Amino acid sequence: MTGPLQWMTTKLDAAVGWARKFSIFQYPFVTACCGMEYMATACSHYDVDRFGAGFPRFSPRQADVLFVVGTISHKLAPVLKKIYDQMTEPKWVVAFGVCTCTGGFYDNYATLMGIDTIMPVDVYIPGCPPRPENVLDGLIKLQAKIQAQHTGTPLGTSSGASAASAGLHA
Amino acid sequence: MEHVSAPSIPATATPFPSAARETKDLWLNVGPAHPAMHGIIRIILQLDGETVRGADVEIGYLHRGFEKMCEQGGYNHAIPYTDRLNYVSPLINNVGYCMAIEKLMGITVPERCQYIRVIMSELSRVTDHLTCIGASAMELGAFTVFLYMIKAREYLWELIELVTGARLTVTYCRVGGVKADLPEGFAERTRVALRQTREVVKEVDRLLTRNRIFVDRMKGTGTIAQADAIAYGITGPFLRATGVNYDVRKAQPYAVYPQVRFDVPVGQHGDNLDRYFVRMEEMEQSMRIVEQCLGQIPGGPIQVDARGRPSTPLGTVLSEAEGRVEGRPIEAAEMVDEAKMGRIPAIADTSPVTDPTLEGSNRPFHQRVNAPAKRAVLPPKDDAYGNIEGLMQHFKLVMHGHGIRPPKGEVYQAVEGANGELGFYVVSDGTDKPYRVRVRPPCLPIMAALPILLTGDMMADVVPTFGSVNMIGGELDR
Amino acid sequence: MPEALTVSRRVRDRFPEAVLTTHQFRGDDTVVVRREAVKEVARFLRDDPAMAFNVLMDLTAVDYLRYPERREPPGPTARFEVVYHLYSLEHGHRVRVKIPVGEGDPMVESLTDLWPAADWFEREVWDMFGIQFLGHPNLKRLLMYEEFQGHPLRKDYPVNKRQPLIGPVN
Repeated sequence: MTGPLQWMTTKLDAAVGWARKFSIFQYPFVTACCGMEYMATACSHYDVDRFGAGFPRFSPRQADVLFVVGTISHKLAPVLKKIYDQMTEPKWVVAFGVCTCTGGFYDNYATLMGIDTIMPVDVYIPGCPPRPENVLDGLIKLQAKIQAQHTGTPLGTSSGASAASAGLHA
Repeated sequence: MEHVSAPSIPATATPFPSAARETKDLWLNVGPAHPAMHGIIRIILQLDGETVRGADVEIGYLHRGFEKMCEQGGYNHAIPYTDRLNYVSPLINNVGYCMAIEKLMGITVPERCQYIRVIMSELSRVTDHLTCIGASAMELGAFTVFLYMIKAREYLWELIELVTGARLTVTYCRVGGVKADLPEGFAERTRVALRQTREVVKEVDRLLTRNRIFVDRMKGTGTIAQADAIAYGITGPFLRATGVNYDVRKAQPYAVYPQVRFDVPVGQHGDNLDRYFVRMEEMEQSMRIVEQCLGQIPGGPIQVDARGRPSTPLGTVLSEAEGRVEGRPIEAAEMVDEAKMGRIPAIADTSPVTDPTLEGSNRPFHQRVNAPAKRAVLPPKDDAYGNIEGLMQHFKLVMHGHGIRPPKGEVYQAVEGANGELGFYVVSDGTDKPYRVRVRPPCLPIMAALPILLTGDMMADVVPTFGSVNMIGGELDR
Repeated sequence: MPEALTVSRRVRDRFPEAVLTTHQFRGDDTVVVRREAVKEVARFLRDDPAMAFNVLMDLTAVDYLRYPERREPPGPTARFEVVYHLYSLEHGHRVRVKIPVGEGDPMVESLTDLWPAADWFEREVWDMFGIQFLGHPNLKRLLMYEEFQGHPLRKDYPVNKRQPLIGPVN
């Protein structure tokens, strides 16, 4: 498609991206020590509310970003997968802490070596635990990713080719 | 139209005769992913309306194999794993583990090191209680209290970062000492931080202690009898809230606790409100301990050379009178022999110039806070880089197959964790890897007693009760 | 410490045929008791007024499969040892009771009717070592999931052997 229609969808994408990135409803799936740094980031000193992400939604149906915070053991992995499946599109996943990125230094029978073995991850925040500044940096990267995503099918067309050319968000 | 008479209702019948009703209890799964479940616990409640008839607790969702991982590396390698046990008071775990290994080896650490360990432990205890009260208040709806407590915790974490380099997972203690001495200006910064923390605690006290809603929700809920608490092996603030005065710091004093004065708050009723009071008062007592320690701690690093002598130019031999020969130049071979005996001051007194990042690991700093035990403690960096004995000592402690080798045997060392008695049972087989490290988690018996705490109360009381249990997943599941 | 000597010596005087050996090491008092007598000895330790061990601090086990040579020569060299740590609130003394348990029939009587604290500790020992406790009301796994095969803290269980519920094996 050409010209003015493309300009409109680009502007619409940008507007929707802007709105989405500043109204993040996070689901903090907190298990371990990283939870303490998550709490520190969410509270007054390193306020995450100024990014619009200050309101955790404790139901996966209402959340759009899944913050996986802390080590995931094999016993907990099916629960985490269920939570991820219960979230509705659009959804993003942040792996907070090195235990969720790669398993950390718990290379043993009990620990999942990184949550990307069971679900796709958008942003990895390494650290054991990451400093709140790292977390905010990761959040800003997530926001950039959200902003850059294209939304919906182009107006007036339903063919696969133009959907592909408009970069349909999977 | 026919007159249909109303059915006659007997005078004594109730609107919903119970004989016609059959009820079943509801099994409610308060699942692993739940906002008030501090991480990951699964409580299966048997509910009759709103009343809890029974509860079943399932744990293990954060089992990370701490005990197995400790067996894989050396004794000092286990210290980062111990940080992540009770991750809100990591220094207490570090201290407990290092004390267990030191007990096994028979090492006594210098007094300054013991004072430092006590100061850091008590600061950790304050952060633990701040987090516990903050989180449980948040779950009752008092979100401001949570923000205030975390603000106070940040003050203390900045202090801890000043000393150890990390806010949370500190890995500060070593077998035979601590990683590094206290920085300059620590005492003043601590006093400022404690003053700020006390203000926050006072504000929270004003917000919560006489708050009708808070008191109504916490008073009389989650009660446990003293006999039950003892039978279940519960220790710490939980046990003290039922009226038993048991604190490891008073019962089996360790480090410098006999030399500081502090009180142990003891409650009466064993309900949530008493636990809240015990924790609030314990924070004040911990701050009192820190202030006394800052006043009593023996002096800092000595700013003189290890032998206190001025250095002389290379090639000179010292005079015979003190074992030194003055002034004459000597043969190279003779100089080498004299130097090996330590009689060439220019060689004996020099220290290598170490990297600025190793400052603090030099001789006077290092030796004030580490035991003089060659079999367990790394040498100061001047020695590791400067002479062969230091290099060998470093090598023997660091290389695979060498390392810290305690005698064969087993010990149990208990310290007072924030939740109760934190015990480390270490079995050694004489090699450089621990054979078995067992942590006696203080919150495991409390979680085992959770069905008793919850039964009889209402569904809404599960939240404050569970909050006052202060379950820390890293410690419970290890 | 004189009290510590008294505890193990009293136990040995009271149950001469049940006690295999006693020793003190670094101030800790240890009594090694025959498996069949554990209930009697435990009851004595709890109920006798001079002993008054009303708190079961810890209950765990050690697998001596890879231990170079055993420290206590008398008695059969058993693979496991179940270790009880007891504390008396009244007298302030501690004792460690050890029960050697063979590999062929890893079973010990449960002490849940003496101290309810033993309940979860014994479940954990069953989970991690595979030692059964006769008379335990609810002997199932505590820390691992039900589908897990094997007992992880045994020395012959490799540290990296994973049995994931979902996700790849390694």
